[in-house]
Amino acid sequence: MELAIAIILGACALGAGTAMIAGIGPGIGEGYAVGKACEAIARQPESRSPVTTTMLMGCAVAETTGLYALIIAILLIFVAPGLMVNRLLDAVGR
Amino acid sequence: MTTTGSNASAPSLDGTGTDRNATASLHQPAVPAHRRSVMPWVWLCAMILTLLCGMAIKVLFVDSGEGISISGATIFWDSGLSGNSFLNLTVTESQVNSVLVILFIFFLCRFLTAGMSVRPGGARQIVAEWLVEKASGLVESNMGPAYYRFAPFIAGMMALSLFSSLSSLVGMYAPTSDINIVGGWAVVSFVLIIRSKMRAGVGNYLKGFTQPIWVLTPFNVIGEVATPVSMTFRHYGNVLSGAVISTMLYAALGALSGLVFGWIPVIGDAFPPVLQIGIPGILSLYFDLFSSGLQAFIFAMLTMLYVASGSES
Repeated sequence: MELAIAIILGACALGAGTAMIAGIGPGIGEGYAVGKACEAIARQPESRSPVTTTMLMGCAVAETTGLYALIIAILLIFVAPGLMVNRLLDAVGR
Repeated sequence: MTTTGSNASAPSLDGTGTDRNATASLHQPAVPAHRRSVMPWVWLCAMILTLLCGMAIKVLFVDSGEGISISGATIFWDSGLSGNSFLNLTVTESQVNSVLVILFIFFLCRFLTAGMSVRPGGARQIVAEWLVEKASGLVESNMGPAYYRFAPFIAGMMALSLFSSLSSLVGMYAPTSDINIVGGWAVVSFVLIIRSKMRAGVGNYLKGFTQPIWVLTPFNVIGEVATPVSMTFRHYGNVLSGAVISTMLYAALGALSGLVFGWIPVIGDAFPPVLQIGIPGILSLYFDLFSSGLQAFIFAMLTMLYVASGSES
């Protein structure tokens, strides 16, 4: 029984960590976007404020996939272990 | 609304030139001086009272738990009908805080606009006019002049999102870190987006799902539904991740100060966790101030862009 619960907890932690690999993608994408925005501002310093606004918008949209992974990780850490352990205890009948 | 417009169209109201006496006689008796001086402070007291009410609810009714815990919104009341998911109504901490934030914004607007005059008199009226001008300018530059009537809605949504996130600064549970609150706002935006897409006709809207080829219909439907879901997750995920990271750093600093100061012979065990003072505030600058403003701006901006582009296609 303890082994089963330990497997559940460990698998949830591993899954949360694996899900956050998705954080690499938005990091690279946003870094690329900010670099291009810096180039644009360096070329045309007077267009600073519209470029910054557009860049922040694009960064927020690019962040979405990372946030999906974050929500999966949060569910796996805070919600899933309790749910699964309860289901296990129900199945065993305690 | 703008003072530059009144300068050209109605110079007699501007208080310049020879009509100064006429302006004074027109506006001085309308609002008595004592009334103008009292009412703003009533609204200011109401604002502060709202914040104090939120803090009192937090202190009195929310079980803080032992040590540091990351938990969702406390449920204050539920209807007890947990079997039926439609009748299982609950009143949670985030709903109560959301209503308090709405009251706070209402009192703030009344505070800024109390005792307005045609000739801008005080700093409050100048701030209010600046806010209205900025909101209308933002809506006009992003959606076009035809959508001028959207400005109050967009400004209201932005203010609600901003002050909901900022309410964590006074210790309240931020309503935006609850998925249900942000999901409700996203549904409101989604209804507006669908309405602007249906302006060309319901048939055209439905035909748009089969657009390149009919095989792609399920993917188009998923893409349509993904809009409110991604708006919800973006806002709520940012605020919640900030809260979780701040709490984890707070716990880690407590443990670290126990390690660093624990060796002091007599008072070591009871030494206060001094490393928790100030250092989490640096992180709070990003997560509470910058991220709150950015997410409010992005939520309103995406609503504007989707609504404006929906009616174009």
